[in-house]
Amino acid sequence: MIAELLTNTALPIILVGAMVGIASSAVGTFLVLRGNSMLSDAISHSIVFGIVIVWLLTQQQSGPIQLVGAAFTGLLTVLLTEALANTKRVKQDAAIGLVFPALFSIGVLLLNVYAHDVHIDTHTVLLGEIGFVWLDTIDLWGLPVPQALLSMSVMTLLNYGFIGLFYKELKLATFDPALAKTFGFMPTILFYGLLMLTSSTAVAAFDAVGAVLFIAFAIVPASAAYLLTDRLWMMFIIGALISIASSISGYYLAVHLNVSIGGMMAVMTGVFLILAFLFGPRYGLATQLLKRRRDRQAPVEPPPSV
Amino acid sequence: MQWLDLLSDYTFQNVVIGASLLGLISGPLGCFAMLRRQSLLGDALSHAALPGVCLSFIITGSRDIGGIIIGALATGSLAALTMLLLTRHSRLKTDAAIGTCLSIFFASGIVLLTYIQGTNNASQGGLEAFLFGQAAATLRSDLWIMGAITLVTLVLLSVFWKQAKLVTFDAEYARTLGMPTTAIEAVLTAMVALAVVVGLQMVGVILMAAMIVAPAAAARQWSSHLGSMLVIAAGVGIVSGVSGATISTLSRGLATGPLIILTATAIVLVSLALAPGRGLLWGAIKHYRQKEALRRQQLLYAFYKHPRAAQRYRTTFGSRRMLGKLNRQGYLTRAADGDLGWTLTTQGQAAAKQVVATFEGVAS
Repeated sequence: MIAELLTNTALPIILVGAMVGIASSAVGTFLVLRGNSMLSDAISHSIVFGIVIVWLLTQQQSGPIQLVGAAFTGLLTVLLTEALANTKRVKQDAAIGLVFPALFSIGVLLLNVYAHDVHIDTHTVLLGEIGFVWLDTIDLWGLPVPQALLSMSVMTLLNYGFIGLFYKELKLATFDPALAKTFGFMPTILFYGLLMLTSSTAVAAFDAVGAVLFIAFAIVPASAAYLLTDRLWMMFIIGALISIASSISGYYLAVHLNVSIGGMMAVMTGVFLILAFLFGPRYGLATQLLKRRRDRQAPVEPPPSV
Repeated sequence: MQWLDLLSDYTFQNVVIGASLLGLISGPLGCFAMLRRQSLLGDALSHAALPGVCLSFIITGSRDIGGIIIGALATGSLAALTMLLLTRHSRLKTDAAIGTCLSIFFASGIVLLTYIQGTNNASQGGLEAFLFGQAAATLRSDLWIMGAITLVTLVLLSVFWKQAKLVTFDAEYARTLGMPTTAIEAVLTAMVALAVVVGLQMVGVILMAAMIVAPAAAARQWSSHLGSMLVIAAGVGIVSGVSGATISTLSRGLATGPLIILTATAIVLVSLALAPGRGLLWGAIKHYRQKEALRRQQLLYAFYKHPRAAQRYRTTFGSRRMLGKLNRQGYLTRAADGDLGWTLTTQGQAAAKQVVATFEGVAS
């Protein structure tokens, strides 16, 4: 019966979409909290460079080597950005805007030169094809499991393994880096580890959703969760729930309208963000307005006389 | 002869003119964006232009550049407005607001793009080109419109020059003067959206971010005056546009957009290293000179104060060069007993006295 479910095209696609969301929002949560969301933009573009380099060296388009290569490309992006910003000649955001287009350009040019007969073209690289994930399967205990689902599950495990292992340290490093440093937690190293995981997740998600949509999966559910709760662990749960909901609703809407499935899933994460922005129980715009009105109507207590 | 052929080539002329126009408009606007700490605005606005381009195609049914401009401006402004709303009325920081708008608008652009592909319209061919730009497909008529946009933008900039300058450097003060700061900021943002429209054809959605940042970042190194910075940024933009287009045409098969961006990046790196005053190379040289001067002073001071220790002074690796130099200049001689230590010559004594005076003058 499970085999039947997996050969059905809808379920693998929805599962992969949800897994991409869960794995990327796990790392995205920290990026949003630290104010480094645009690093996901930089990393997801510059791994095109990493993918091409690893492919030129090993002729492998996916698999563990690509994940490792991506991790180092992500690290390279961040180190280059910081090196530029550390010269004090350009600001951090300008540095990001300089580094990733340059790496991306080199990647595209290398593809231009070497990759006439390979199927990694710049279009798939950017947009992905989540609609075809069920075509590429691996037999696992006799079940045809989509390869993308397998790699995304591995990345989810890795990400949550890392977060679970260093939960306390990451939490402190995120909210009070100075104190974390005093305790000897090495917040910088932890953060680099997180960014390497982000890059690996981006590569694993590449075939499914491509570079630009990865940004949506990484930071939009996390941002929505940030608008809904004050607790770190709740952010992961809400982020995962929003990912699952976007994946399901995005898939059926996309099939109904005959449009890009990955794109529609990303749009749905945006819809949930807007809902959270407007109707969040505490920080929502509507909630704030209502509260203000109620406060205005409530009689003002006179201060207790001394 | 080959160059003459190239110069009279119709496509090449179009690409070069288009690339120069892009440089001309994105350089100066990038300066304002960078100084206002909104370097990634161009990135967000160019991604947000995609749904606008698609919408205009759905409505008008053609790849008409007029419709594309209006569409891109409309969704670009909507994205800018959303970013503003998110940062003002929620706890999300600027980076998260930019990132979410960028990715969501781009995603809806992809959805619309696939919708158009689903309808199988024959003239949809050129739409995907906006992702990466399609410089070679630039038409003369496109150039006229790009030129008009550039002209309008530059005229607007010169008319609102004072206001834009003040809002960029001291928005608070501008507000107290009663300037409509929000309106001026909105106009500056809308102009970046216009620059993006010009860039879509040349370098595409993804690389437009660098066309906003790179010329401005390079120009900032060469000048601290807004006016000359703008002129230099425009120059850097034009140079990288023209050289990128030329290399692409000569190499056949290399994409124009990435080449333009890499040229601009190379100019940024050279500027960072060599720009007078701010260049990293000059900084390193200055640092080295100061270190040498300090070492010289330290040695002279120590030898003057502790002449007996100086006679038994063992040369360490760090001080060997400086000792040799002082020896050659006649400040030091080898100590009389053995060949290990040093003594100050009379010339050295005089120099050391000065050093001691400065050191102790500073200390008191």
